[in-house]
Amino acid sequence: MGDEVILLDYWPSMFGMRTRIALEEKNVKFDYKEQDLWNKSSILLEMNPVHKKIPVLIHNGKPICESLIQIEYIDEVWPGKNPFLPSDPYQRAQAKFWGDFIDNKVYGPTRLIWGAKGEEQEAGKKEFIEMLRTLEAELGDKVYFGGETFGYVDIALIGFYSWFEAYEKFRNFSVEEECPKLIAWGKRCVKRESVVKSLPDSEKITKFLPQLREKIGIE
Amino acid sequence: MAESRSEEVKLLGMWVSPFSRRIEIALTLKGVPYEFSEQDITNKSSLLLQLNPVHKMIPVLVHNGKPISESLVILEYIDDTWPNNPILPQDPYDRAMARFWAKFVDQQIYVAAMKMVGKIGEERDAAVEATRDLLKLLEKELVGKDFLGGTSLGFVDIVATLVAFWLMRTDEIIGVKIVPVEMFPEIHRWVKNLLQNDVVKNCIPPEDEHLKYIKARMDSLKIKSV
Repeated sequence: MGDEVILLDYWPSMFGMRTRIALEEKNVKFDYKEQDLWNKSSILLEMNPVHKKIPVLIHNGKPICESLIQIEYIDEVWPGKNPFLPSDPYQRAQAKFWGDFIDNKVYGPTRLIWGAKGEEQEAGKKEFIEMLRTLEAELGDKVYFGGETFGYVDIALIGFYSWFEAYEKFRNFSVEEECPKLIAWGKRCVKRESVVKSLPDSEKITKFLPQLREKIGIE
Repeated sequence: MAESRSEEVKLLGMWVSPFSRRIEIALTLKGVPYEFSEQDITNKSSLLLQLNPVHKMIPVLVHNGKPISESLVILEYIDDTWPNNPILPQDPYDRAMARFWAKFVDQQIYVAAMKMVGKIGEERDAAVEATRDLLKLLEKELVGKDFLGGTSLGFVDIVATLVAFWLMRTDEIIGVKIVPVEMFPEIHRWVKNLLQNDVVKNCIPPEDEHLKYIKARMDSLKIKSV
């Protein structure tokens, strides 16, 4: 329909992965523009002057920032047959609650796992597992967080799954031992075409982690 | 939508919390009657722990027995459930922008402003500067508009009452004008517009009691830091 969709992104970003998956799920063609976060492009600075962060979704010239907001925008603009968010207001609220939980409670501890030292790192690992357990309890015996259909919370979390191996090897623990149901969920999700296309190999991320530490200046 | 009289709407909040006051604004704007249950955050009730076991925080909206937490999530729920007097715009792009600025208030401005609390000297000045840098973006958003939502009170205005009536009231107490009118004329114009809105006026904490509360809180923080 003449829609021009551009995504400013960075391949290992679990936030960018969300938007890639959301676009793939809706069969929206987009122009992927890899960004160098250590030498930010003028287009990134112009399109996200407030946070200067990826991912930025640009739809017909208009930028949308923040991945969860992008997923919801994509769902509203391209509703299609399988909406990401349920139509029932209470169910919608629950999905958004968990999306917010992932951003505010899961991301922080993952940074500590690979970015902190000693006690702080250990605390990050413990916190991370605890948060995953909370999510696992919410998942219960459902196929996806959204029930039978792959939806908003699944999209919000699955990018982290591609980083699990990197965290595990780095800190010598097993998410599967702690949260087997969550791993089973991840395995189901990565069978979807949209996810296969959007998630990098876990091995590639595991190799990338030491480079990231070096780039940020962590010994 | 069901008639409001058949609905049971309860809000667990605190009179002094900007996060719970914003829910009251939305409910009042929609004409939804609700029961308010004041919570003691230093001694959490079993009801609160039961209704928000994940974060154990206010506000919690309980609608016909079902709890919803996180104020931005609650605001959207209210807008979805009672569509009269919409608070979010209809256009998907405008909705995305409203969500963006609401998050900006909660995750940037609020976080930066909290760093001023209990600080003195250079440390405080740096925190004030950082907060002002963020407020400048809000100032720019207000140019040519009566409200952040455009011509009428909307989602971002309701969220940003945190700036208008909490951050700006704190001004007088910490001894530095964080939001001076010379630097932020648009924000000051907007606060006046907010105060002309009866719903907002009736849903914010009474100024005298509010200032007394903030003073007492600041004093207790100072004592702790000595």
